[in-house]
Amino acid sequence: MIEIEGLSKTFTLHNQGGVVIPVMEGGALSVARGECVGLVGTSGAGKSTLMRMIYGNYLAASGRILVDGLDVTKAEPREILALRRQTLGYVSQFLRVVPRVATLDVVAEPLLAVGVHAEAARETARGLLTRLRIPERLWSLSPTSFSGGEQQRVNIARGFAHEYPCLLLDEPTASLDAANRETVLGLIDEAKARGAAIVGIFHDEAARDRVCDHTVDVSIFTPKAA
Amino acid sequence: MTTPLLEVRDIAKFYGHRIGCDKVDFDLYPGEVMGIVGESGSGKSTLLNCLAGHLTPDAGQVRFEMRTGEMADTVTMSEPERRMLSRTDWAFVHQHARDGLRMNVSAGGNVGERLMAVGARHYGNIREEAIDWLGRVEISETRVDDRPTAFSGGMQQRLQIARNLVTGPRLVFMDEPTGGLDVSVQARLLDLLRGLVREMGLSAIIVTHDLAVVRLLADRLMVMKDGHVVESGLTDQVLDDPQHAYTQLLVSSVLQV
Amino acid sequence: MSDYNFAYLDEQTKRMIRRAILKGLAIPGYQVPFASREMPMPYGWGTGGVQVSAATLTPDDTLKVIDQGADDTTNAVSIRKFFERTANVGTTEETSKASVIQTRHRIPEEDLREDQILVYQVPIPEPLRFLEPSEVETRKMHSLEEYGLMHVKLYEDIAQHGAIATSYAYPVKVEGRYVMDPSPIPKFDNPKMEMAAIQLFGAGREQRIYALPPYTQVVSLDFEDYPFEASKAEHACDLCAAEDSYLDEVIMDDAGGRMFVCSDTDYCASRRKAGHVGAQGTNLEEDAA
Repeated sequence: MIEIEGLSKTFTLHNQGGVVIPVMEGGALSVARGECVGLVGTSGAGKSTLMRMIYGNYLAASGRILVDGLDVTKAEPREILALRRQTLGYVSQFLRVVPRVATLDVVAEPLLAVGVHAEAARETARGLLTRLRIPERLWSLSPTSFSGGEQQRVNIARGFAHEYPCLLLDEPTASLDAANRETVLGLIDEAKARGAAIVGIFHDEAARDRVCDHTVDVSIFTPKAA
Repeated sequence: MTTPLLEVRDIAKFYGHRIGCDKVDFDLYPGEVMGIVGESGSGKSTLLNCLAGHLTPDAGQVRFEMRTGEMADTVTMSEPERRMLSRTDWAFVHQHARDGLRMNVSAGGNVGERLMAVGARHYGNIREEAIDWLGRVEISETRVDDRPTAFSGGMQQRLQIARNLVTGPRLVFMDEPTGGLDVSVQARLLDLLRGLVREMGLSAIIVTHDLAVVRLLADRLMVMKDGHVVESGLTDQVLDDPQHAYTQLLVSSVLQV
Repeated sequence: MSDYNFAYLDEQTKRMIRRAILKGLAIPGYQVPFASREMPMPYGWGTGGVQVSAATLTPDDTLKVIDQGADDTTNAVSIRKFFERTANVGTTEETSKASVIQTRHRIPEEDLREDQILVYQVPIPEPLRFLEPSEVETRKMHSLEEYGLMHVKLYEDIAQHGAIATSYAYPVKVEGRYVMDPSPIPKFDNPKMEMAAIQLFGAGREQRIYALPPYTQVVSLDFEDYPFEASKAEHACDLCAAEDSYLDEVIMDDAGGRMFVCSDTDYCASRRKAGHVGAQGTNLEEDAA
């Protein structure tokens, strides 16, 4: 489902003397359907950078990233948007939403975007919020006012609302209590069982061991002596 | 395979020797929202006005997919055709609501004008449709006979949107639609616009200098400087991984809250 | 005979105005710009109508001038005297005897004939003016037939008053093409505009002439659910008992006394001569006796 080859990435800081910082070279990764691959490496090794490149959020300097057959490094914006809508989900560490929108609608939005009927989308959203133990009295409020843990769970609910064939999970279990952590791991297992290809970053080693089929140490892609 | 709704080719506009905008080239697909950002004088408003037929570009083509399916160059088409487009398939939301509203006409009359312009002649139906649209932009039915002069800035802006969308346009041009509004009012307007864009499958081109607005509304971004497009791409990619020196400066200049 | 050129204006000016009139007749409802002259009367007193009349009159014509339907008001008397002095034409108060009728704010009750010309005094010729202040824009709207705005005005009327409250200068569409201001005639008169006589409209200050050839289709704008109605006071004339004429309400005293009388004085007088007597009227024959 996800095939990465010869991927490199540099940052050019035009406003700081044009410094060029190479951050990745020879990146490679392969994720099959129903498989979960954990990205490991020290902080700053480029785990999140790689994940963002898969999502099309960062541009690649060279190489290719095939997601369900589409090369993200060369795709048109609308192709990437269609990919994100239908195929590629991303649970980031931070919730970014329009202020004022009710939590229930935030979670239902990815379903509305793929044309699911409003009521059916809300029904799915209710189920996920219930599973993730967001009290019902909060559903009509905007998540912008929630605690960090609550926001994280809303973010996860949103990421799992539509059954994406590919999922990117950036620290999905961070700052969660044991029960909610268990729920999230359950969601990941279910996604794998339905054939989703998953790339995850887990600092929580026990969680990583439980859901990941294998891991990739991204430090090996770090350019030597830049 | 979908085809573009709008094909813009090498648009240029000069004010004497000064460049308004030059060599602007892009395609806009149905349902896409494109943001154009840049500082004052970067040419973004000139470009928008060239695209919307308010200014005649000195060079280039703006081809629009008509309801018949054929692409027509709106720069060279006859004025009646172009004006008909701007009453039906196009909408233009001005930064200042008073530029886009008739301030001496009631809210209902403002919304109804485009319907009457395309031949609606049943008062009851026009009024019903106007009230329905006021509701969609969160203006109470009880305000239908009030003039926009009695409305707050945010309400005026929502009224302008209703007035523009009532004929079911396919392409909306917006010039700083949230400029001059309080932050809380902006958020409400943005949410409303997002919902309408999704429900109606609208394509939109939004000119703004507010990067937060484009992050929430736009799928794609074009960054302009001195009349030229210096960078374009997926909105979050351009904002999170800007490639051009000017974009990097623009992004790093935003105050964090 | 006076020292003035016939009908005051010089021949070149009259030719220029005639060309504008002919153009107006060729494009019914279209406002033709013309070089309006200074007249020996202020704007607002019918300078447009006077110039059109001056260009239209021949020495054989018989002129009638009415103001709000009456032959005896200041404006009507002044203009009639003006042409008596400058053109030496015959004048009349009888509608049927006139060949040229200059009018302010009314159409005579009696049907006009093909050999008659009705000249209107027009204050503001542009029907779109109140909603669109730009002349450039209104001319464009006329040329592109963009008349939605006209209905916005009627919409506002209904929204505010529950009915189309515009009761005079009610906009019309001419031969399915130009939207035209009929000058401030009561809307009661609108249906009469489809007539046998030629109708000419002159706006002196605004420098516009427009025209309707005989039997031109003139449709009053309206909504399907609020159709046009040619309304008048629900009364009969208190002097001549006419039920089909447009009435003026006249306050008689400070105790609420009032009467309704025909605004068309010639129509009323001829009915009374024929023996019709209204509720507060007296028999003319007896008066004379």
